[in-house]
Amino acid sequence: MIHATLKQLSQQLADKQVSAVELATEYLQRIDALNPQLNAFITVDRDKTLLEAAAADARRAAGSAGLLTGAPIAHKDIFCQQGWKTSCGSKMLDNFISPYDAHVIEQCQAAGLVTLGRANMDEFAMGSSNENSYYGAVKNPWDLAAIPGGSSGGSAAAVAARLAPVATATDTGGSIRQPASHCGVTGIKPTYGVVSRFGMVAYASSLDQGGVMAQTAEDCALMLNVIAGFDERDSTSLERAKEDYSRELSQPLAGLRVGLPREYFADGLAADVGRIIDNAVSELKKLGAEVVDISLPNTQLSIPAYYVIAPAEASANLSRFDGVRYGHRASEYKDLVDMYEKSRAEGFGSEVKRRIMVGTYVLSHGYYDAYYIKAQKIRRLIADDFKAAFAGCDVILGPVAPTAAFNLGEKSGDPVQMYLSDIYTLSVNLAGLPAMSVPAGFSDNGRPVGLQIIGNYFSEAKMLNVAHQFQQVTDWHSKAPAL
Amino acid sequence: MKWEVVIGLEVHVQLNTVSKIFSGASTAFGAEPNTQASLVELALPGVLPVLNKAVVEKAIRLGLALDATINQKNVFARKNYFYPDLPKGYQISQMELPIVEHGKLNILVGDEEKSIRVTRAHMEEDAGKSLHEDFHGMTGIDLNRAGTPLLEVVSEPDMRSAEEAVAYAKALHTLVTWLGICDGNMQEGSFRVDANVSVRPFGQAEFGTRREVKNLNSFRFLEQAIKYETQWQIETIEDGGKVQQATVLFDPDSGETRMMRSKEDAHDYRYFPDPDLLPVRISDEQIARVRSEMPELPAQMKARFVDAFGVTPYDAAVLTGSRALATYFEAVATASGQGKLAANWLGGDVAARLNREGKDIAELPIDAERLSGLLVRIADGTLSNKLAKQVFDAMWDSGLSADVIIERDGLKQVSDVGAIEKMVEEVLAANPKAVEEFRAGKEKALNALAGQVMKASKGKANPAQVQEILKQKLA
Repeated sequence: MIHATLKQLSQQLADKQVSAVELATEYLQRIDALNPQLNAFITVDRDKTLLEAAAADARRAAGSAGLLTGAPIAHKDIFCQQGWKTSCGSKMLDNFISPYDAHVIEQCQAAGLVTLGRANMDEFAMGSSNENSYYGAVKNPWDLAAIPGGSSGGSAAAVAARLAPVATATDTGGSIRQPASHCGVTGIKPTYGVVSRFGMVAYASSLDQGGVMAQTAEDCALMLNVIAGFDERDSTSLERAKEDYSRELSQPLAGLRVGLPREYFADGLAADVGRIIDNAVSELKKLGAEVVDISLPNTQLSIPAYYVIAPAEASANLSRFDGVRYGHRASEYKDLVDMYEKSRAEGFGSEVKRRIMVGTYVLSHGYYDAYYIKAQKIRRLIADDFKAAFAGCDVILGPVAPTAAFNLGEKSGDPVQMYLSDIYTLSVNLAGLPAMSVPAGFSDNGRPVGLQIIGNYFSEAKMLNVAHQFQQVTDWHSKAPAL
Repeated sequence: MKWEVVIGLEVHVQLNTVSKIFSGASTAFGAEPNTQASLVELALPGVLPVLNKAVVEKAIRLGLALDATINQKNVFARKNYFYPDLPKGYQISQMELPIVEHGKLNILVGDEEKSIRVTRAHMEEDAGKSLHEDFHGMTGIDLNRAGTPLLEVVSEPDMRSAEEAVAYAKALHTLVTWLGICDGNMQEGSFRVDANVSVRPFGQAEFGTRREVKNLNSFRFLEQAIKYETQWQIETIEDGGKVQQATVLFDPDSGETRMMRSKEDAHDYRYFPDPDLLPVRISDEQIARVRSEMPELPAQMKARFVDAFGVTPYDAAVLTGSRALATYFEAVATASGQGKLAANWLGGDVAARLNREGKDIAELPIDAERLSGLLVRIADGTLSNKLAKQVFDAMWDSGLSADVIIERDGLKQVSDVGAIEKMVEEVLAANPKAVEEFRAGKEKALNALAGQVMKASKGKANPAQVQEILKQKLA
């Protein structure tokens, strides 16, 4: 049962082959057994989960259930959830029990999804390896010596290890796609503004976007149907008609124009990863796709642009964590400034501090134009690159990361090396485009590798169609690690 | 050396919206601490601002009234600094693209009209309050005020005296209350003034170094603070010192200003566009609609009062000091056909009594129709000025009309020549000494005799007629 997809579980629930309580119990047992070695969850609360499950069963019995009512889900610890600790992977919020639900949580609750627990993550979503969590690194279920990717490493590891059929996640610079790729699960980051950011602890507001991870593209579509949609509490939420993201899943791919950006296959891409992407492209060609050579010339600039804009926004977003109203406050201090300094020095980890420092610096008087304004101009250039590219293709394909998952500790002492590994994911966030990672094979050392699918604005249904068709002729997505 | 003071004002106008600028929490004043702080004001993790559209409408109103440019794309920015009553660690304000720019406001000082340029007006949220008094060794934070919408209205340094600065502040105060965008309550902080003050030798083109006096919440304090600051700066320079750029506070008890922070301590606010809020877009249609909903403005009404009712420009300025007064005046002047008389009464007896009772024009117990009834009786000679005052006081206390009181109390002025002649003759007969003095050339004696006649008539004789008949009889 634990290898079942969300689609299959919902069918079993509908057919009364299993109850929500039984399902939750089974997943909780597996979490109890495996989480100690994987560290995918920060918080598990058996009583709360079983209460939710019982309520879902009651809805099923009363005939008021939705498609997914009773199916279990893991929530990234970045989404505020009433009554649950919402730590965002930080000591700063270790004592923060949220008094309210994020929009994404509300939508999941309304659909009757049962919360299994709160997934581990890099502190405040800053990181590509999940080594920046106050609660310790998450281990890659395929190889416990490897990172799971970040920042949604807990979500990815949970789905990969079958500790949850689906998980919510967020993506600011690749935080859904990169861990999905490293853990061999399917993940989607929608167009900026499709999923409300209300209640999602902010890292870089203009880049943050909520999404999901699951075993299959089909499950991702079902989940997107739940969490996407306009929310007036988020001014950047887009007022669009509700759509069914599953509607194009079964369309044939004949005539699909697939763009391959030269810059994504140049120096720096590991040979095994390159070969896996080539094979994936070949599969799609067999399904009728045509390959188009495209260029995204400003790809290299995405790294400096991102590492100016994201820290700038983060430096302000994280100012609210001052120890005054909630969160960590130093136990002893001599005056107000001392309280701020000690509380923040103790509450934040080193990567968070680094980004606050960088962000504060680039916004400072005399540096603003040279850094922040310049980065915004680059951001425009990058969006223009994609606009030009999409004039000649329907989706863009490429790797998610230059290599498969590296080892824990391998890059944690070298932030710049870590940042460089984000090269294929950052541009998408800077442009606000939707993108996915789909399992496409295994590296030479047996670690999963994902294929990145980048769509034009609001083309989630098309991307999911491509991913789903790919998953009809491949079985990478259904492989599970031996644990 | 002769010195010139240069003043620019920054005024924080609290907008009278029902809810806050970025949340649905109430803006009502005086509630229990922190009962009007929603998740947004508490700056919980994950909460987001959503702009209250009423704030934009009110800002457009002011922009149009200041004859300013309305920026049809304007942008909210984060102003970063740490303080416990600023829960997010940044204030959402506007920096590079404010909603209103390049306006002007005319003021009258003495008989001279002057146009003060308004640089900009931008929308922003207020901070909470730090309460230092009520807690031993601790500071209390009340976030009820946090998120209250403000318009910060910034003038050019166009004022050259404390009087001009006060006139500008008063004109702006009149305008924002007139437009119905601010309750104008200065005690509650609805209208707070910062004054940038510098001095320079008369005739010098360059400005001197300015000091900013923060948070003046009355016109009197504004005037005192500027005068003190001006004198302090002149003395500092004349004593061989230099004025350093600084922010200062005015202490109403001592009447002095004192240093709050120097330029070296100034914050780097690290402004940048707020990514949580999209640029505000304002359509031509919205501007046209707001314009069509605007009341007639004080300046236009002032000009019309001079033309239509023949009042002096000075009186017109006083009468348009508030929308309530202007509306009242117009009703009285129109109903009575006595514009000048109405202006005199409103500026004189009515103002005096209101003042004595500590009341506002809106609390005047005599409506426009009743006051105009009184003025008609003055104009047609029924009432002398003296009697009119008596009737006015009776009207104030009773709620009756002038005519009813005149009838009831028999206060009609006596203009019957025969009756007055009779009284004059009696008075002349009873005061031979005064008659003699007058005939000997002592003009004053006439007034004494007139007074006796008035007294004999119980004040009801027409004074002009009394004078005339007295002169005839003594000739």
